[in-house]
Amino acid sequence: MFSESPLEGAEITASGVGSTMREVETGRDSRNLLPSGASGLETIGAHAWFGKHHAIEDVSLRFPKSSVTGLIGPSGCGKSTFLRLLNRMHEFIPGTAFAGQVLLDGRDIYAPEVNATEIRLKVGMVFQKPNPFPSMSIADNVLAGLRLARIKTADKYMLLEDCLVRAGLWKEVKDRLKASAGSLSGGQQQRLCIARALAVKPEVLLMDEPCSALDPGSTLRVEETIVQLSEAMTIIIVTHNMQQAARVSDYCAFFLSEGGPGRVVEAGLTSTIFTNPVDPRTADYVQGRFG
Amino acid sequence: MTAATNQTTVVQPLRPWRPTFSQQFARFVTVVLVVAAAAVVVLVSPLAGLAGIALVAIPLQMAVSVARSSRHGSVAARNDVATSLIWSAFLVLLVPWMSIIFTVVRRGYQAISVNFFTDDMRITAPDADLASGGIAHAIVGTLIMVAIASIVSVPLGILSGIYITEIRGRFTKVVRFIVQAMSGVPSIVAGLFIYSTLVLYNKSYSGLAGALALAVLMVPTVARTSEEVLKLVPEDLRFAGYALGSSQASNVFRIVLPTVRSGLVTSGILGVARVAGETAPLLMTAQVFLATKGNPLDGPLGSLPVVIFSFFQNGADNAVTRAWGASMVLMILITFLFALARAVSADRRRSRR
Repeated sequence: MFSESPLEGAEITASGVGSTMREVETGRDSRNLLPSGASGLETIGAHAWFGKHHAIEDVSLRFPKSSVTGLIGPSGCGKSTFLRLLNRMHEFIPGTAFAGQVLLDGRDIYAPEVNATEIRLKVGMVFQKPNPFPSMSIADNVLAGLRLARIKTADKYMLLEDCLVRAGLWKEVKDRLKASAGSLSGGQQQRLCIARALAVKPEVLLMDEPCSALDPGSTLRVEETIVQLSEAMTIIIVTHNMQQAARVSDYCAFFLSEGGPGRVVEAGLTSTIFTNPVDPRTADYVQGRFG
Repeated sequence: MTAATNQTTVVQPLRPWRPTFSQQFARFVTVVLVVAAAAVVVLVSPLAGLAGIALVAIPLQMAVSVARSSRHGSVAARNDVATSLIWSAFLVLLVPWMSIIFTVVRRGYQAISVNFFTDDMRITAPDADLASGGIAHAIVGTLIMVAIASIVSVPLGILSGIYITEIRGRFTKVVRFIVQAMSGVPSIVAGLFIYSTLVLYNKSYSGLAGALALAVLMVPTVARTSEEVLKLVPEDLRFAGYALGSSQASNVFRIVLPTVRSGLVTSGILGVARVAGETAPLLMTAQVFLATKGNPLDGPLGSLPVVIFSFFQNGADNAVTRAWGASMVLMILITFLFALARAVSADRRRSRR
């Protein structure tokens, strides 16, 4: 369920306030199409700051289980920052601040008793630039998360094969699993990073422009992977590629900053966002008229 | 174009970017001519010696390069000037380095014999015949003290590098300042420090005291170089680790450190290089001992730098030859340790499953 309500509360059935509630105002509400409830990931009134710079303002979104959500918008509108709020990677940057709530299965991940490493185990991430561990072999890279988080697995080889198959890399590397990860091409490295993120079995996978450094063939394979993975996990993907957002995502959220902090202009079913958006700015953006 | 013939033509791999033999030969002849011309100039002018030849030959060679390459444009000419300068700098630096090695070998080789490595100076006078006595005690002593100093200071140095680059705690600036200040401490001060604490407290010189004095000197070198090395680890890798649910400790020990393993080995090597030839702190802590022994806790312990120092002090011909021989052994030993450290670190990386 998508809502941009600045009000707190998990069940957003009441109408929100302000200009962000266009869906409701126009009566074109995609919310009934989305399962409601506590499962999945949800943000309520999320703000982020870098020092004094207010980067994101009042973002309330719900990401249902087993769905793909595309975050779209021009550069510098806070998409990546928002993404990093969702697995507590934001706080690694010195001078940052946060306000609001991020609920994972109904539990606030910023609550004081919550362990951030445990959250990152459940909410995995694939970065814009492929970043395999250069000191490890291909196999060790995939299984790195297990060793780093000290997770015991009965059958490592099964898991290794499973993750690499799901990331669409198995056929290319099955004969050189012991080779260094640095020997792979850029596209292969990115799929290796996806396999690595899958190995710890996250509930949610965050992808920050995962295909921006990839060739069309690798991009296609990663997109297929995303669609397959979404059967079992929640995927949130930042992309500048409108076609990609249209191809892989079930829902889309359009971010825009307009000089001030980044906000969600519109969110809903991808088909609605692309064919019949409510806000003229969304229409302009998805049709490539600006941004 | 005619149609392809039935004959299969084998295409030879070529390297057209490489200078041809005749080009290389022409270059070599030019250099020889330039040096010869410089020698002639030196003969007829007040300039003298190798330095004089270099002084004339380097600008001359540059002029010749510029003249030859200027027909390819000013970029090529400037490139040639830079190339000549770098080659000249290399040769100028090579000369004293080769001269040191050559001198040590020329004056020390007579001391080298089997007994030089197996015997010590317990019953041999420094000026006695070279057929008896040796520096086994000093080799063993140096190895023991450098080993203990490394065991103490390499982990400490790497840990302070980790504190500065990974933990980035409240005292980062203080730690970095202290490390930098410590790296400027004269070695004799390190010796005095250990003397005034450990040696006076125990009322005895010891190999351990010597090793700790060396460790005091070694820690800042290792800390600074490992800090520089750790800074090279891309932030991406740390984030990648954290995004997999890693704790900071796992991230540092399983990702960051393995990524720069060979760099950290280098930092240890530089630390050893810093202390292996130190004499002054050892004179005040490990002192002199003429017999071979392996216990660093049991009184004074001989070492190569101190042995070299006392042989030179003796002044007799055989003693001085022994000093040069010991210098040669020290140089070979350090080279050997470097090669060993490199081999070990490279080997580990390759054989990691």
